[in-house]
Amino acid sequence: MKRRFKDIVAFASGRLFLIFVNALALLIFCGLLLKAAPILQTVSLTDLLFSSVWHPMKHQFGLFPFIVSTLAVTLLAMLMAIPVCLFASIYLAEYASRRFREVSRLIIDILAGIPSVIYGLCGILVIVPFVAVVGEYLGVSTTGYSLLAGGLVLAVMVIPFIIAISVEVLRMIPGPFRESALALGATKWETVKYVVLKKAAKGLVAAVVLGFARAFGETMAVLMVVGNVAQAPSSIFDPAYPLPALIANNYGEVMSIPLYDAALMSAALILMTVVALFSLTAHYALSRLGDHND
Amino acid sequence: MSRIEINELCVSFGRNPVLKNISLSIPDRQIICIIGPSGCGKTTLLKSLNRLLDLNEDVSITGDVRVDGQSIYQSRLDVTALRKKVGFLPQRPYPLPMSIYDNVAFGPRIHGLDGLNALSGGKAGSPAAGAKTSRKDKDRLVEHYLTLAGLWDEVKDRLSEPAAKLSIGQQQRLALARVLSIEPEVILADEATSALDPISARLVENQFRLLKKDYTIILVTHILRQARRLGDYIVFLYMGDLVEHKPAAEFFGDPSDEKTKAYVNGDIS
Repeated sequence: MKRRFKDIVAFASGRLFLIFVNALALLIFCGLLLKAAPILQTVSLTDLLFSSVWHPMKHQFGLFPFIVSTLAVTLLAMLMAIPVCLFASIYLAEYASRRFREVSRLIIDILAGIPSVIYGLCGILVIVPFVAVVGEYLGVSTTGYSLLAGGLVLAVMVIPFIIAISVEVLRMIPGPFRESALALGATKWETVKYVVLKKAAKGLVAAVVLGFARAFGETMAVLMVVGNVAQAPSSIFDPAYPLPALIANNYGEVMSIPLYDAALMSAALILMTVVALFSLTAHYALSRLGDHND
Repeated sequence: MSRIEINELCVSFGRNPVLKNISLSIPDRQIICIIGPSGCGKTTLLKSLNRLLDLNEDVSITGDVRVDGQSIYQSRLDVTALRKKVGFLPQRPYPLPMSIYDNVAFGPRIHGLDGLNALSGGKAGSPAAGAKTSRKDKDRLVEHYLTLAGLWDEVKDRLSEPAAKLSIGQQQRLALARVLSIEPEVILADEATSALDPISARLVENQFRLLKKDYTIILVTHILRQARRLGDYIVFLYMGDLVEHKPAAEFFGDPSDEKTKAYVNGDIS
């Protein structure tokens, strides 16, 4: 009787905790939705998303500069990260010796686990001055706190993450497919190009999308180097102000302004929706990677 | 005259010896069957002949294999050229992730064999007509090898479909067409019929019989009857040792080793 009771307790408590964890996602989403709703009674959705005027004191809440900043900094980061990740993960999965692969993986895992504030610090100490120098050299006036600095820091942050997933994806392609091509006298690169990459394409896209989702919501490191000026940037040397930074910098400070918190909540809602959609798509693609029917 | 000479070849995976001191010269233009119980090193011996063992990370190899007098384990060897000369047909077909057509055209393309030269020995058309001629030649090339593998009639109307859509028996013959397309001189076949239904297996066996006048075919099999049906020369391995090797009639008619006798009689398997 006692044994059976313990079994039931283990089952029930486990299930309960899991339901709670899953419910969190829904609760957060609904909470954001409720708190963001009031803004839509005074500001139209189009204005909220596409107006560039951000004057909370005058009840003007245009999120456009922040949305553009977020997209720009993320795309810039991905543009720099993707080639690095692609070649590094191909090397690790296809060319490297087992020993080298294991050591590299360890280092990559450590890199992926470094707190983002440390990346931010390195950004301030190294990347911001570097961008300032480059700007000066090119004759652009910049403090260094810019879209480019944000993109660089973000790229460095997502690279280990994307490489880790990409290597996993590439190693999932069964060896005999490689053997098929190699046995025909293909070089390793031809095998990678015509067989491995073709087989792994969906998975690699998913890895990039997951990296994108991660970069899109990254707050601390970007906030520290990106300048935080509420204006849509027109060059990579301009400062930018991504959504996560907007929320982190302002929430709780100027709550006396009516609707301010609803505006910030809608920013959070946009952020969460985009990240969730990207993650879901990527996981769907990854889960289907096992079928080798094409 | 033999193309492949194996000299004191030892192969081990990690600390596990798989082939022990194998010396053998392989006759030309015949079907050579490597037989023996599973785990005796048949596939390892086969893969040692075109350096496919290189794909295993913990393999160590001593001794020597010579193809046309050239040692294939020297570090400066062009492995792609070796594999072009000594083609490999795997146990299970893993079609390249492309169309049926491209599966056959792939080998010739990477080796620069596509075009008229490969088939008729003549020169390709003038540069102006180059692209058009080349496409036509490639078509002919693909048809030629698919016919040689006994698959053409079944796939001629669906060449642009993904190769993965073929049945496994068709895929295996596609793999055969793929090997033939690189114009090898030796074909290594690793239990090439074991994953097939009896009818497909018969089709592949028949292709081997037709092909042996132009190729040396080295076939790993654990089916004794298949070795009797196809083999001109038999190599018998047991637990990593080369026990006996001689022409098929002699091997089955007058085995000299006790282990061979037991194996041929079905006392050990």
